[in-house]
Amino acid sequence: MKIAVLMKRVPDTASVLKITPDNKSVDMANLKFVMSPYDEHAIEEALKIREAGKATEVIVFTVGPEGSQETIRTALAMGADRAVFVKEDPSRFNSKGIAEMLAAAVKTEGPELVFAGKQAVDDDASQVPERVAELLDLPHASIVTKFELNGRAATVEREIEGGSYTVEVPLPALFTMQKGINTPRYPTLPNIMKAKKKEIKEFSLADLGLDAAKLVSGLEVSGMSLPRANRLNKILDGDSTERVKKLLTILREEEKVL
Amino acid sequence: MDFIPSEEHAMIRRQVRQIAAGFDLDFWRDSDKHKRYPHEFFDAFAAAGWLGIAIPEAYGGSGLGIVEACILLQEICASGAGTSGAAPIHFSIFPPMPVVKHGTEEQKRAYLPKIADGTMKLGFSITEPDAGTDTTRITTRAIREGDHYIFNGKKIWSTNLQNADRTLILVRTTPYEEVERKTTGMSLFLMDLKSPGITIREIEKLGRHAVDSNELFMDNVKVPASDLIGEEGQGFYHLIAGLNPERLMVAAEAIGIGRAALDLAVKYANERIVFNRPIGKNQGIQFPLADAYSKLEVADLMVQKGAWLYDQGMPCGAEANMAKLRAGADAFEACDAALQTLGGMGYAKEYHVERLWREIRLYKIAPVSQEMCLNYIGEHVLKLPKSY
Repeated sequence: MKIAVLMKRVPDTASVLKITPDNKSVDMANLKFVMSPYDEHAIEEALKIREAGKATEVIVFTVGPEGSQETIRTALAMGADRAVFVKEDPSRFNSKGIAEMLAAAVKTEGPELVFAGKQAVDDDASQVPERVAELLDLPHASIVTKFELNGRAATVEREIEGGSYTVEVPLPALFTMQKGINTPRYPTLPNIMKAKKKEIKEFSLADLGLDAAKLVSGLEVSGMSLPRANRLNKILDGDSTERVKKLLTILREEEKVL
Repeated sequence: MDFIPSEEHAMIRRQVRQIAAGFDLDFWRDSDKHKRYPHEFFDAFAAAGWLGIAIPEAYGGSGLGIVEACILLQEICASGAGTSGAAPIHFSIFPPMPVVKHGTEEQKRAYLPKIADGTMKLGFSITEPDAGTDTTRITTRAIREGDHYIFNGKKIWSTNLQNADRTLILVRTTPYEEVERKTTGMSLFLMDLKSPGITIREIEKLGRHAVDSNELFMDNVKVPASDLIGEEGQGFYHLIAGLNPERLMVAAEAIGIGRAALDLAVKYANERIVFNRPIGKNQGIQFPLADAYSKLEVADLMVQKGAWLYDQGMPCGAEANMAKLRAGADAFEACDAALQTLGGMGYAKEYHVERLWREIRLYKIAPVSQEMCLNYIGEHVLKLPKSY
């Protein structure tokens, strides 16, 4: 049984972001990239299943520009067996196009299980995995906090507001992972060395029989801005009762958040 | 020419950074304060396979070179771990080098896998109270008796012995007076520290309190002949082959410590408001930091060059000494500029810079003094007369 893991490289969560002059995208020049942290949980879960002898191969799938190989190697160094790399600048597309590319790539391998992080930490869209499931006509369960294989089905716990519920999903199927499901391992040095020799299969859009013009959706980013980071630096005085009263007054009357 | 780090080097840097990030500045401040050996830190790096970075794959390591070892140690230091973090790892990389090069098959199989997986820790015992840089003057004597040697003498500045299982030790198997060449007659052993007759006394020192330095006294210690590394009488030569890589590794560590101090200073200079503006707005604050940063970057290029030459099997004495000289001086300057930036807070333990400042001072002295690096450059690079 093969497990496919959808992986996205995102700007390092510690980096300082800049918006391009047209205010429509993040300036990617000079940024460091990492694997989206939720995807690490997806890979870890897949590796655990393989190590338990219930899967034969873990294959990582990603769409990204030249340079994404470094992030792919990280996934391989964690222990994934090989990777499929759709080499395409994702900034030209949004979730629809990326999902179509990934679906076409995943189809070439026919996995029983498809895993992904519950969302990517850059755009937080939570769209791609679910779209891939639809395109491949697979059942899916999102925000999974516990995963168990039972023969030809998986029993999973999904996080919902204030609780969780358990569903059984027949395979093949797609699941998106929430943090807390596991602790992703560090790539060990011996595994970093092994990762060098693992296969990264590259696809272009043409290889997958896709036409870039048809992958563009009607969605267009009209503007982008950084969160306001100005602090008020107000220090309230008085005893704690007075300070609470003053704080509530500010929240109600000045900031109008209550 | 190509200055782009390879995918592998970038990944080594990133992964080391990630493991080191699990041990924050407070961890190191506490380790220093309570003189606590960073066992958890050592174990984390052992578990992820980093200790065997330069040990051949056949013996449980990864068979990489000094370039990679320098990246590993530099990133550990750059995390703020300082030499308290680097030393435990350093002592799994440097002392085994003569075993890798000159050990018997049996010794390699017995020791290297255990060193690589962290189950065996090593110390390093060369210097003596009356023989520092002039190593040939060591007097610790080993006399052969059947299948073992009897050791008598003392060593000083032996690092890591409080936690080590064995130490790499240089002794005289033939006294100074009886050899034709003063550099012969010395032999290397990997001595078991639990042998009867050994006394270890820790030295109180300026910094790096988490990792010990010691005096080592040997009174009729019985050391099996099977612990001799390489050829009897050739220990000095076996040892010096490893000194250039050690200088490079130490230089890489120093640069990492300098970077960590500058990071703390830059953060402070951006946040600390005096006279209604961040102090970092003042050129008086900015320039020393910018100057120190540029010097560290330059020193790092020399580290990389030296390490690359060593890994290619080419001579690197000039580069190793220049890298150690520059990194030792420039990293101290960086830590000092950082401490000055923090002003009074720089003097407070809470702000971490003072720990780095105390630790970095060591690297102007060890593993070789700045002055001996200058001697090397004067004599061997510039071809001036030997001055000592």
